[in-house]
Amino acid sequence: MTANVEGPAEAVSCAQLSYSFGATNAVDGLDLSVVEGETFGLLGPNGAGKTTAIRCITTLLPVPAGTVRVFGHDAAGEQMAVRRMLGYVPQQLSADAGLTGRENVALFARVFDVPRRERAERVGQALAAVDLEDAADRLASTYSGGMVRRLELAQALVSAPRLLILDEPTIGLDPIARTGVWDHINAVRAATGMTVLVTTHYMDEADQYCDRVGLMHRGRIRALGTPAELRRGLGERRRAEGTAASGALPTLEDVFRDVAGSGLDDKSGDFRDVRSTRRTAHRVG
Amino acid sequence: MSEAPAAPHTVSADPLPGKDIGLLLRPPRPRAGWRLLPARVDAMCAVELQKLRHDRTELYTRAVQPALWLLIFGQTFTRIKAIPTDGIPYIDYLAPGIIAQSAMFIAIFYGIQIIWERDAGILNKLLVTPTPRAALITGKAFAAGVKSLIQAVVVVVIAAVLGVALTWNPLKLLGVAAAVILGSAFFSCLSMTIAGIVLSRDRLMGFGQAITMPLFFGSNALYPVSVMPGWLQAVSLANPLSYQVDALRGLLLGTHAHLAADFGVLFVAAAAGIAAASSLLGRLAR
Repeated sequence: MTANVEGPAEAVSCAQLSYSFGATNAVDGLDLSVVEGETFGLLGPNGAGKTTAIRCITTLLPVPAGTVRVFGHDAAGEQMAVRRMLGYVPQQLSADAGLTGRENVALFARVFDVPRRERAERVGQALAAVDLEDAADRLASTYSGGMVRRLELAQALVSAPRLLILDEPTIGLDPIARTGVWDHINAVRAATGMTVLVTTHYMDEADQYCDRVGLMHRGRIRALGTPAELRRGLGERRRAEGTAASGALPTLEDVFRDVAGSGLDDKSGDFRDVRSTRRTAHRVG
Repeated sequence: MSEAPAAPHTVSADPLPGKDIGLLLRPPRPRAGWRLLPARVDAMCAVELQKLRHDRTELYTRAVQPALWLLIFGQTFTRIKAIPTDGIPYIDYLAPGIIAQSAMFIAIFYGIQIIWERDAGILNKLLVTPTPRAALITGKAFAAGVKSLIQAVVVVVIAAVLGVALTWNPLKLLGVAAAVILGSAFFSCLSMTIAGIVLSRDRLMGFGQAITMPLFFGSNALYPVSVMPGWLQAVSLANPLSYQVDALRGLLLGTHAHLAADFGVLFVAAAAGIAAASSLLGRLAR
């Protein structure tokens, strides 16, 4: 292990990470440090580079040696070690509709080398943790969007990951399902002590559920801190400048508009992002 | 490559009341390197069988075409006696060819499934598990083989019902299973390779349609190589389907076959297919 001795370990660190698709610099010199045990929110509009950053951290995209580390392991040279520590829930609703809930989770138990003798029990525990025991033997095609998300959470949990990565976990869900998904993430996190890295463009969710957030815009983090710190910081600055709106405290969204400036409106959201968002919305129905 | 330490997580109060999640606090021990590949193949085949158990429609609809080939084409050409088959009835000669053809039709469209899995996010999720790309492709190739094998059993039963004199020697039937699985592994990898190049379901469908018939007619499935024009004989020589049919015919009917060469070609073709598809898998993950 190469992690530092003092203080909590670094779960994820990116140093000057860049990734481009052709001429588009999706991630452009990203510095990121996620501390073990926290829930870190990567925030930004469509096209900010969040998903690309996640794909670099999860070893889906090739990165230069030394730029991305997960619990001290290099995502370039030690891919297998990194993957063994990850639970990953992608943006799309990715359960296999042709299998039951239990079979979906069992697949991930198998590919994470859970021995046969404890497979059934471990799969049962993962399904119980997300309250899907009763629906476990139904085909996933009969699940609602919120249930599919919880099933994906169980798929990720079955290998006891140290780091759970969720890419837009509540996209396309109704408000009640959104709360349900977050309640389960929080309960599981409290029970297991795992680190959570989540991307979202719902500022209210980040404000409510994340310990720290990084506001990402055009491939880089433009502001970093706890949601309260960021809001307070903007409030104080506005008071000093005398531009504070009467009485109202700034929201995280105000902070975001402040750091992103005026370039937010038309440049956000490349085709790929819109396509997968639409696909997700379609699948959720 | 060093593996992650299996350190237990810290547990705080009781956020999941009444639930035992003890196992979810312990990461499973990584399997030793050489056991990884068979474990992944096992996992992919299990998924394929589970899917088939939930929805058997494909099994029935896919039985129609081979049944028609044997019933109509086979019986008619048996009467015409136009094709030299060394004295065996044409329908017997045809049966192994139709087994190979129907197995190939399943495998050649297998890439559609991997594109669907890509679009649904399933592929990305599998690629973030401790599964090397070549192991994932090998698993998928054998899963396609299992699917084809079930199809082959259906065709064998149809052929037996139509009175084709097939062997029931269990060792020879094991050889038949091996030939079907190896052939399907190659054709499914060919399909996944094309998927990695064209990246879209519609274009893959087009390619699949365009190559299945040439592969079928450019093989010894319907007629012996000796009656083909010279240029087609050359095509047949480079066509793995011909070697598969030759092996199936030798094993099922006891005709003269070149089993060592047949299995050698099928094995090398499958390995080359796995290598090609694995190297292009990254394009689908992007």
